[in-house]
Amino acid sequence: MAKRIDVSDLNVYYGSFKAVEGVTMTVEPRSVTAFIGPSGCGKSTFLRTLNRMHEVIPGGRVEGKVMLDDQDLYGSGVDPVAVRRTVGMVFHRPNPFPTMSIYDNVAAGLKLNGIKGKKKLDEVVEKSLHGANLWNEVKDRLNKPGAGLSGGQQQRLCIARAIAVEPQVLLMDEPCSALDPISTLAIEDLISELKSKYTIVIVTHNMQQAARVSDQTAFFNLAATGKPGKLIEIADTQKIFSNPSVKATEDYISGRFG
Amino acid sequence: MSSNTVRMTDVAVVDEPRSTKPSGATDGPATADSGGSGGRRSPSPVFGHPARAREVKDHLARVVMWLAFLLALVPLVWILWTVLSQGYHLLLQSEWWTNSQKGITSRREGGGAVHAIQGTLIQGLTTAVISVPIGVMTAIYLVEYGRGKFAKAVSFMVDILTGIPSIVAGLFIYAVWVTTLGLQRVGFAVCLALVMLMVPVIVRSTEEMLKLVPNELREASYALGVPKWKTIMKVVLPTAFSGIVTGVLLGLARVMGETAPLLILGPYTKAIATDLFGGYMATLPTMINQDRSESLQPAVDRVWAAALTLILLVLLLNIAGRVVARFGSVRK
Repeated sequence: MAKRIDVSDLNVYYGSFKAVEGVTMTVEPRSVTAFIGPSGCGKSTFLRTLNRMHEVIPGGRVEGKVMLDDQDLYGSGVDPVAVRRTVGMVFHRPNPFPTMSIYDNVAAGLKLNGIKGKKKLDEVVEKSLHGANLWNEVKDRLNKPGAGLSGGQQQRLCIARAIAVEPQVLLMDEPCSALDPISTLAIEDLISELKSKYTIVIVTHNMQQAARVSDQTAFFNLAATGKPGKLIEIADTQKIFSNPSVKATEDYISGRFG
Repeated sequence: MSSNTVRMTDVAVVDEPRSTKPSGATDGPATADSGGSGGRRSPSPVFGHPARAREVKDHLARVVMWLAFLLALVPLVWILWTVLSQGYHLLLQSEWWTNSQKGITSRREGGGAVHAIQGTLIQGLTTAVISVPIGVMTAIYLVEYGRGKFAKAVSFMVDILTGIPSIVAGLFIYAVWVTTLGLQRVGFAVCLALVMLMVPVIVRSTEEMLKLVPNELREASYALGVPKWKTIMKVVLPTAFSGIVTGVLLGLARVMGETAPLLILGPYTKAIATDLFGGYMATLPTMINQDRSESLQPAVDRVWAAALTLILLVLLLNIAGRVVARFGSVRK
């Protein structure tokens, strides 16, 4: 199910402003890739190009290629909506739909895409909530509003919602930045489990987190404010954290800047 | 420079025994006092006095706010009280809710307002049925889709429409409906004029409510592979629902009390009329206007009663709207 992502020479623009420049990388299926780097260096922007979410912002566009296995995400005639069904996303703040119950939140992706049938939905909801390690906590109150859960539970609800549509790739934009250490741990455990099924790309500001959960790590940086962000280095997490080949990476990881 | 002056005063006041100062006149020097060295007689020499100055300002601001609030409340309470006390006794008679004014002259007491209540409700609801889709969809366009010059132009037009005096709307529809098309003055023409007044109110309020829906919810929906139109229908609109209902009710309340277009397009009649496309139709504002022009007591009583009825009607609609809004609102 999981797919390989191949990015070659990608530039991202907002209007005439070049936000990210010249990214080339490969993300293996069933692996976790972490993006680290200082704020504003384009990690999140780049992440959003992997499911064409950056196009939601007016003026957002890319140059270059993003291949999902052998399919070009930016090929002519590719529907961004279809891309997003294949490449799911979890955001940095938990954002369950406030008008919907826990059940409806998880089923939202299917229901809104016209899939009906109570039995099928029940199945998917239970499976997804199990997948997000949330089932035991919410099984007795599936009809309660999703906004009534704690922050960590809400974030896991969002993950359940994202995996309910069975994407092949899961993008996570700082999924733990609004959570306490215990909820963070729960999410990290979950990431390790999800790895067996999905290709996962995670943006994080927490270096230890990157070291804990990821197989490979990419370091982004920018020369100065107003300049485009660049991919400085990508390698196995082990190598990045013990023996990076670029000095800036080492400086950043050891806390000498950023 | 000014701080220097303060210091000078400070020094001048220091030697003076505190107790001899007249308490009312010490405000200025006392405040200045505080900036200086600590350890003298005041309870908290360093921090005490600036806090007192702030307390005074705080009090002043609070008093001013309360006064403004009460001032704003005076006309409201006054109107409500006057209308209630003058109008309530007719409303207590069952005749008021069951009969029309047919055959009742201004000299005679009796008769009811059912013709006017019906007319106001029919026209108000027809206006709402036409205005709500137009207004809500315009707002959706402006918030979710509108970019560039056309959206700016639309937004500008809505601003202009908001400022149109109601009599102009009435005259415009008169020019189109009666003068140009050669049609009769009927209830539906009134509705058209009221639509012109209601649409901008709905557009503006709905726009504000849609802007309040966090972008994160839209993104969450897009990220699930949900198309934009469905995101708007199933995520954005439900989230903003109760606010939109409130806006619609405000617009409805405004047009139900509107009088100028009614005077031009919907002359008063004393009989019950429910046909929007044939003949005159009575409404509460025109009933008030009609009976107001008589100076006889029975007519004057009816003016107050009709005014109270109109207020109650708007109130009832508001309550109904709140109930509706609660069902679809954001669950906590």
